[in-house]
Amino acid sequence: MNERNQHPLDPLSQQGRRPDLTPEQRASLERDRRGTVAQILAAEEGKGLYDHTDEFFFPNAGVPTMNIQTLDELLERDKQRAADGFPKKVILGKIASQGGKKAVIVPSVTEEKFYHDTRPKMPGQGGDEGGSGEGEEGEVIGESPIKEEQQGGGQGAGDQSGGEGHELDDSRALEIGKALTEKFNLPNIQQKGKKTALFRYTYELTDINRKFGQFLDKKRSLKNIIKTNLLLGTFTPDDVKFDKIVVSPVDLVYRIVSPEKEYESQAMVFFLRDYSGSMYGDPTEVVLSQHVLIYSWLLYQYQERVEKRFILHDTDAREVDNFVSYYRLNNGGGTNIASAYKLVNKIVETEDLAKDYNIYIFQGTDGDDWDSDGKESLPEIEKMLTYVNRMGITVVSRTPGQMNTQIEKYLDKSGLLKKSPHLLKMTALAETARNQDELIKSIRDLVE
Amino acid sequence: MELLILKDKLIMEECKRIARDHGLRFSDETIEYVTTNEDMIRLSPKGMIPTMYDYWVHDVYVLQDKGKYDLYPHNPYETVINTRPPLSFYNDNNPDWLNIMIFYHVIAHIDFFQNNVFFAKTWSDDFCGRALAHANVIKELRYEKGRWVDYVIEFARNMDNLVDFAGDLARPGETKTVSVAEAKFNYFFDEYLQEVVKVNTFRYVEELNRYNELAAKNDPATARNLFLAYVDQKFVDFALKFEKRIKTRKRVPGDVMEYVMEHSTKLNKAENDWMKHVIQIVRETSLYFQPQIRTKILNEGWASYWHEKLFLADPRLRTHEFDFSRINAGVVSLSRVGLNPYAVGLRMFKYLEAKADRGMLTYDFEKVGDYEARKAYDQKTGAGRQFIFDVRTYHADATAINQFIDQDFVNEFNLFVVGKRINKSRTAWEYYIKSRRAEDYKKKMLESLYHPPQIRVDQEITANSGALYLVHTFEGKELVREYIPNTMLGIEFLWGGKVILETHEIDVSSFEDMNREDLEKYFQEAEKVTLKWQKVRYTMQDRQLSREVMSTSVEKPA
Repeated sequence: MNERNQHPLDPLSQQGRRPDLTPEQRASLERDRRGTVAQILAAEEGKGLYDHTDEFFFPNAGVPTMNIQTLDELLERDKQRAADGFPKKVILGKIASQGGKKAVIVPSVTEEKFYHDTRPKMPGQGGDEGGSGEGEEGEVIGESPIKEEQQGGGQGAGDQSGGEGHELDDSRALEIGKALTEKFNLPNIQQKGKKTALFRYTYELTDINRKFGQFLDKKRSLKNIIKTNLLLGTFTPDDVKFDKIVVSPVDLVYRIVSPEKEYESQAMVFFLRDYSGSMYGDPTEVVLSQHVLIYSWLLYQYQERVEKRFILHDTDAREVDNFVSYYRLNNGGGTNIASAYKLVNKIVETEDLAKDYNIYIFQGTDGDDWDSDGKESLPEIEKMLTYVNRMGITVVSRTPGQMNTQIEKYLDKSGLLKKSPHLLKMTALAETARNQDELIKSIRDLVE
Repeated sequence: MELLILKDKLIMEECKRIARDHGLRFSDETIEYVTTNEDMIRLSPKGMIPTMYDYWVHDVYVLQDKGKYDLYPHNPYETVINTRPPLSFYNDNNPDWLNIMIFYHVIAHIDFFQNNVFFAKTWSDDFCGRALAHANVIKELRYEKGRWVDYVIEFARNMDNLVDFAGDLARPGETKTVSVAEAKFNYFFDEYLQEVVKVNTFRYVEELNRYNELAAKNDPATARNLFLAYVDQKFVDFALKFEKRIKTRKRVPGDVMEYVMEHSTKLNKAENDWMKHVIQIVRETSLYFQPQIRTKILNEGWASYWHEKLFLADPRLRTHEFDFSRINAGVVSLSRVGLNPYAVGLRMFKYLEAKADRGMLTYDFEKVGDYEARKAYDQKTGAGRQFIFDVRTYHADATAINQFIDQDFVNEFNLFVVGKRINKSRTAWEYYIKSRRAEDYKKKMLESLYHPPQIRVDQEITANSGALYLVHTFEGKELVREYIPNTMLGIEFLWGGKVILETHEIDVSSFEDMNREDLEKYFQEAEKVTLKWQKVRYTMQDRQLSREVMSTSVEKPA
């Protein structure tokens, strides 16, 4: 190797060099490294002794390359992890903007280590912090309500304060929906051929037609005329003689009326969440993570023709107009699930939604219900089952799957789950469920 | 990413000259790059080391940060890394005047890196070059081992916060800062007297006094040499023993990573040798970042102190006074709630300088009992500057906070500990001034410092049973439980067999049955419950985790 090509860091990089690489592997590796050296040497041409700076020694001090660019590749890697017998690691999380207009979905990974747990251990106490300024000991310097329309303190859901008008970023959600369907083999609704697609025709002058039509498209026509005349030799750009120009009828392009198929929203999805005191913290986080994924999946299934409605309830139900409010609000009251059901039924009825939409209802709850035998809830559910495509109930509890929460008990007793197995589904999740697998399994329970 | 243009580089060189005139000391060569926000986002998961090995989790962080950037655009002004020469990165959005302020800030960081003793192990080496060598090793291994390289990186990183930084720093003879005389001197008192000659305490103190007498009359180096001459005369076998000690010194595997590398039967099979390379790379990388994370407050305080001082005196500040005040306040103002390392660090240096200038950091001052006399005390020693340079040289965050935060400091800057509690009648979180006592503030500061759990290998049990037996020293804190399964899974993979962890956890049974429906009642009841600790043992075998309670009602250490 020529002295000039000796890379200053060669001796360092020889540490640990494998002798058993194939010549091709070695060559490829050399190319990777030599590329940058060659570039530097090229840049060096014509430089004097004092033009050399330390940058020469850091040819690789560029910006690191990204090997993984897409979510797909990440999810692929996760699948491989499972095949290799290691737990999956990639979690699709969400970030809501502060006063902005959207929430974006990003992948995240936790690097687990032994860390001290610094989260406050006593309920009702937050962690201490440092502070500065005026005030006597014991003086209250601020407060953040945990009741009614406020962030819940602690981590995760309800953690970020902010304004109204946020939305889920649909483009990112669509990507995730695609991944959920393809990589995680969530079922494909359209193949089941539920209701036919809803669309209507609108008429616009967008189609083009030669020789005749409603409007002459002057620009296109002129282009065609020039092309033809260039071929005929009757047009020279420098010296245009209009008397020589020939206009062929075929060159004339007209626009004509065309029927445009316009799709209408095909699906309406109601997300119901218990935001009472008992849901505070982990259970809320789990429900929200699951609902984001369900929404993403529906968005993909219906090719974005999905409308979403968000209902929160404790003892009373209310509709909020965007995901971020849905995501953020916490309340302190008791629980009456029927209130939310009633509200959904009322909306569907007054807006006459059942006629035009495939309706989905997904509900997240910890299973507590003051209406402990379902006297109020069950009739409402039966009513919903007359129009829904699917109703999915997720019960988040400490003891998932043991059917020992109130809603699980009364639903089980009512026999509705068995009576309408295609319309009503229920799944259970642990409060601590965080990983993709558990969430996706629960979604599969609900939508399959 | 581009080098600074010549005009700006000349400004940087001018700033370096001014900084030198004020006593800052650093290497001549520095390299400055102008970067875009996107570059910064890409570099940050790698600790801004551009040459660091590729790892897919870093890429996830980049995707995450990009998402965050979409919603919360923010422009980091600069970053500087501890390499030889030091590299610093400047946001391409920075106006020129801001860069001058930032240059001073960066120069002070470089001074800190190159003079603070906790960085001693990084002085003889350029980490950028080392990281490049690491990256190449890993790249080559990937050709052969594919994704398994990433698994080993992942599992090694599972325990990379358990590196024994202090032990590594203290290993004798390995830092270039320790001269032979120093090593001999340390060996004499630390080992020779106690383990070879086996003197009693009285004799030990006698020797120590002999040295102290010499030290009182001579400068430290001379005193040490005189003392060693005496030792050579009096203890005839000392020189021989010292030589032998140097030769036979076997490194005691200090931390979990080293122990696993040295004793895992799996890793010590020839075909798995490559895994040890990877673990070593992860370990070295972690060690490299250790001093930085342990001097955050001092380092940022030091840089803020100097950028403020030098830029305020710089004629190029003219016409930008307003912009500077606004940006500077954003960096160094104390917040009503929260700990800002820049703000606290800066005030600590200013406070210590002022105090030392008046001669108040002395024993003489401590002897003054009268309140008024203490208040008016001023010996006009002018020793402040030297004092803060010593703090920058010899302290880490923990030692500085422990030593220098006193009631005067807390009073002067109106500091307090903020408590957060539930107000039941209002059902609200309430933030209140919990304490203005220096003791409490100091405790809060110390608690918020980087402090990985102390986990060591019980070598005896491990050697006897073959299972890696980890013991977590109980400091009244439990480990994050959700992370235990995957962390132990990784360690089991590398160890190649059963892994056991002994730790302490809070017994949550007392909270579990309580009804959370009625918040007010819930919190009232929770207040009456006292936390109970139990000693537990986790066992990871064949990728299955089990947990057993060893004993209940364990006392929390004082």
